[in-house]
Amino acid sequence: MAAPDDGTGGDGKGEEAALSERLRQLDARLGQKRSERQAAERGRSARGGMQGMGLAVRVSSEFAAGVLVGAALGWVVDYWAGTTPWGLIILLLLGFAAGVLNVLRALGKVAGPETRVRPGDGPRNGSGGDAGRG
Amino acid sequence: MANDPIHQFQIQKLFTVADVGGVEIAFTNSALFMFLTVGAVAAFLYFSTAGRALVPSRWQSAAELSYEMVANMLRDGAGKEGMRFFPFVFSLFMFVLFANLFGMVPYFFTVTSHIIVTFALAILVIGTVVIYGVMHHGTHFLGLFVPKGVPLAVLPLVSAIEVISFLSRPISLSVRLFANMLAGHITLKVFAGFVGSLGALGALGIGGAILPLAMVVGLTALEFLVAFLQAYVFAILTCMYLNDALHPGH
Repeated sequence: MAAPDDGTGGDGKGEEAALSERLRQLDARLGQKRSERQAAERGRSARGGMQGMGLAVRVSSEFAAGVLVGAALGWVVDYWAGTTPWGLIILLLLGFAAGVLNVLRALGKVAGPETRVRPGDGPRNGSGGDAGRG
Repeated sequence: MANDPIHQFQIQKLFTVADVGGVEIAFTNSALFMFLTVGAVAAFLYFSTAGRALVPSRWQSAAELSYEMVANMLRDGAGKEGMRFFPFVFSLFMFVLFANLFGMVPYFFTVTSHIIVTFALAILVIGTVVIYGVMHHGTHFLGLFVPKGVPLAVLPLVSAIEVISFLSRPISLSVRLFANMLAGHITLKVFAGFVGSLGALGALGIGGAILPLAMVVGLTALEFLVAFLQAYVFAILTCMYLNDALHPGH
């Protein structure tokens, strides 16, 4: 997938810079629009009882899934490594943490991994440059 | 017993397709309704767009509306590059929506009330995210599990939590859809059962049966809403997860 991109980008550096500039602007505008929409949606969900029920089901399933996956992973680790009960204990606790993280993310209280992308980065820049700046 | 609320979810074998290594592969009522769902979606889109009028007919309007909705959802959730996944997300949305709505037809089987079906769909989504992410970003995709600005000392802990959080996505995605459809259909059936058993009690019973009957009417409307809402939530979360594959955190 990376090869065709390199081929088109190789024509001119200026063109690529202009393109990434445009992408950045679009990203900023999209981010603004998205946060506005999210705010509107949150306002609506606070009012409508039906939407609230949907939210409740969503949030509870997010939390339960985190705990379940933690417990399952812990059980599997114990089964393979013979470290009963430590894997289950530790991963269950981590699962609780992941469940809480899922819930906070579902409610928009914590930035999801997708919104953590820094505004300056183009979507598909080389990885080497990022490591240097990070 | 006709009033058994679980009976509607029973898988019945219609005929045997093949026998692989002693394991019977049967064509069940679940498979039949999956085929019917796909057929209904295809027929809906084919016939509604056959006219291709500038001023759309009602059917064409409905098809265009569903296209616009999923396209907007994808553009908002995953950016412009997300549109390369449009066929995938649109198919998922239409399949889940039609399967949910099919479940609302009396005597029809609800495909999405079985966790194996919804889990397969969720794994398809997460598998796409992982494979596309790794293909496109290589090890950079693992940046998804390394949040920015976290001190090195707590990084292993945070990464472990992020990994569990990521792994819990297919579970929550599938359980949400399956649990909603299952619970809704059981509730509907139980209340409908009340109508019948109260009605058998004579004049007073028939008077009392009005209450669960009103409840069933309300619940049916609610179930139609849930059928649409769950398909919508499934699609919108798919968009959010695909966004991770397109732009993993740097």
